[in-house]
Amino acid sequence: MSHTAQKGTGGAGTGAGADAAGAAASSGAIDPRLLVREQGLKGYLTEFKRKIRGGELGSIPVVLGLIVIGIVFQSLDDSFLSAGSLSNISVYIAGQGIMAVGIVFVLLLGEIDLSVGSVAGVGAAIWAVLGVTGSLGDGTAVLLAVAAGAAIGAVHGFFFAKVGVPAFVVTLAGFLGWSGFQIWLMGSEGTINTPSGSIVEDLTNFYFEDVAAAYGLACAAVVLYCLAMLRDSRRRRAAGLLSRPMSEILLRTAVLGIIAFVCAYQLNQSRGLPLALVIFLAVLVTADFVVRRTTYGRQIFAVGGNAEAARRAGINVEKIRITVFMIAGLLAAFGGLFIASQSGGASKSLGAGNVLMSVIAAAVIGGTSLFGGRGKIWSALLGMLVIQSIQQGLNLLGMASEIQYMITGAVLLAAVVIDSVSRRTQKSAGRT
Amino acid sequence: MIDVSAPPVLALRGVSKRFGAVQALTDVHLEIHPGEVVALVGDNGAGKSTLVKTIAGVHPIDEGAIEWKGRRTEIHKPHDSQQLGIATVYQDLALCDNLDVVANLFLGSELRRAGVIDEVAMEKRAQELLDTLSIRIPSVRIPVASLSGGQRQVVAIARALVGDPEVVILDEPTAALGVEQTAQVLDLVERLRERGLGVILISHNMADVKAVADTVAVLRLGRNNGVFPVRTTSHEDIIAAITGATDNAVTRRQARTTEAGR
Repeated sequence: MSHTAQKGTGGAGTGAGADAAGAAASSGAIDPRLLVREQGLKGYLTEFKRKIRGGELGSIPVVLGLIVIGIVFQSLDDSFLSAGSLSNISVYIAGQGIMAVGIVFVLLLGEIDLSVGSVAGVGAAIWAVLGVTGSLGDGTAVLLAVAAGAAIGAVHGFFFAKVGVPAFVVTLAGFLGWSGFQIWLMGSEGTINTPSGSIVEDLTNFYFEDVAAAYGLACAAVVLYCLAMLRDSRRRRAAGLLSRPMSEILLRTAVLGIIAFVCAYQLNQSRGLPLALVIFLAVLVTADFVVRRTTYGRQIFAVGGNAEAARRAGINVEKIRITVFMIAGLLAAFGGLFIASQSGGASKSLGAGNVLMSVIAAAVIGGTSLFGGRGKIWSALLGMLVIQSIQQGLNLLGMASEIQYMITGAVLLAAVVIDSVSRRTQKSAGRT
Repeated sequence: MIDVSAPPVLALRGVSKRFGAVQALTDVHLEIHPGEVVALVGDNGAGKSTLVKTIAGVHPIDEGAIEWKGRRTEIHKPHDSQQLGIATVYQDLALCDNLDVVANLFLGSELRRAGVIDEVAMEKRAQELLDTLSIRIPSVRIPVASLSGGQRQVVAIARALVGDPEVVILDEPTAALGVEQTAQVLDLVERLRERGLGVILISHNMADVKAVADTVAVLRLGRNNGVFPVRTTSHEDIIAAITGATDNAVTRRQARTTEAGR
């Protein structure tokens, strides 16, 4: 008897809607809260509005910020958006941008790495001591420097994951310790200049001067992006799932196309396609693929969201934690080589000062959450663009560095506020 | 309805578990048949959670035997249990709030195509799984954080079914839910039974137990205190077994005298 009664309530339950909000249940057959997206562009717009209301802002604030920065500085000094200036920005973002990619990995895990600046310094110092003053080959020294970064990351990861020391403290110790190691390595030299013709010099000083290089890269990016979306859309349609409407694919391709070709045009107006930008983009694309398309990336998000749930799902949480810190260390050392290239050599103070803060700020400004489990690799690029644009613009206006610090600090605060508020909105908009 | 003469899919024979000086389980027997919902009830500290954890492989047993389809088996770690076909849904839902429903359903067992996560196949299977269980959620592509408590619970249960288990353990699945949400979860439990799965349902709520369970196994102070068919047993009898209302001064004196007599 109780059996049939149960069936009755159950039937009503499924008919009325997905949960207990009784007020909304009177609407009849179609539950208005079911988020069935309409096909076509209109459906896309509704979905977009829903996401904004739900606090899923994504990259919107930072893109708006970039536009505002562009307009403000251009109106104050019309050389800001000139080809030369943009070309410089594209080179200067590479080193710290690559470090910021590593920070995004760590932030996705819900942790922080305070040592990246020192590790960048150690990377550059190892390369300089082995490759320039030492007898090792240039390429070997670069590889060893990057490997040393990964090894340092593994040490941090070990103390964090296996010993259980908070990552904040481990990497704070690393911040001090590795910077001491860097100074010790540099010894009496103080600075070791980059020899001309070395790999490290090329990192930020080599340009593909042929105009075909920049246009070719832009073209390849747009075509690949469009094909990937079309292929995905076709598979989804074949599987009977909701797919991106054609109009959306075309719109996205067009937006990317415009940005890519305008950038390529501007770079060609100046010195051509910088090698630094190519490497940075390669790092971004690879990291984005790893994070979004592989099991490993999915596991990083899972550990960042709920480590206990991840462990119960059979994920090796310790392995994920250690490897993520290795990635951060590796990318920090690699980024350090770019900074060495840019500043003409390795020094005792390379990676010190505001490098660490700029890198973390870039990841957060770009939209990666400090609370773990939410973010995109591309936020490293967007955030770095914001920071570098502000710096470049203030330099053009002849502002002192103290003003730059204050403005960058304010932007970082704004980014974190947006992150916290959107997180709260998401919570309240959730649980219907 | 249930063929009790058939061998149980899972059976515990005289299982004991000790934590240091604390004897958590003593000589516990339990049988689960395919298509049977066994409610495991008992007061706080009766050993329900410990018993479930021994089956799930979190705490290996000290004494006794576990039989899987009539054959003796060993469960030392969670992986062993999953390998046999036992899925456990814990009280504190093991879901990642930041991941969407599809990602949560397949967490730890993602479908891949040439080494890359196959989102299309996963979404399709997730959709099918939720449809066969008549689970309705706003979208399989929204983060679990935006679901209601009941929806999260059914997603957690659906997640346990991805590996095609034969026994599902539900630890207090309705503990924190409202009336309507509880109804949803109980519906789902019935659908699991219809699919021929053995279900162990831990619950404090007698109404839930009466509604969906076939058998009630009562634990008291780490021991069996009766196994009752739900249909023919009154509410009061079950409560009495849980609280030990039969355990009064007279029975205690009897027990002491028989023990002394030995």
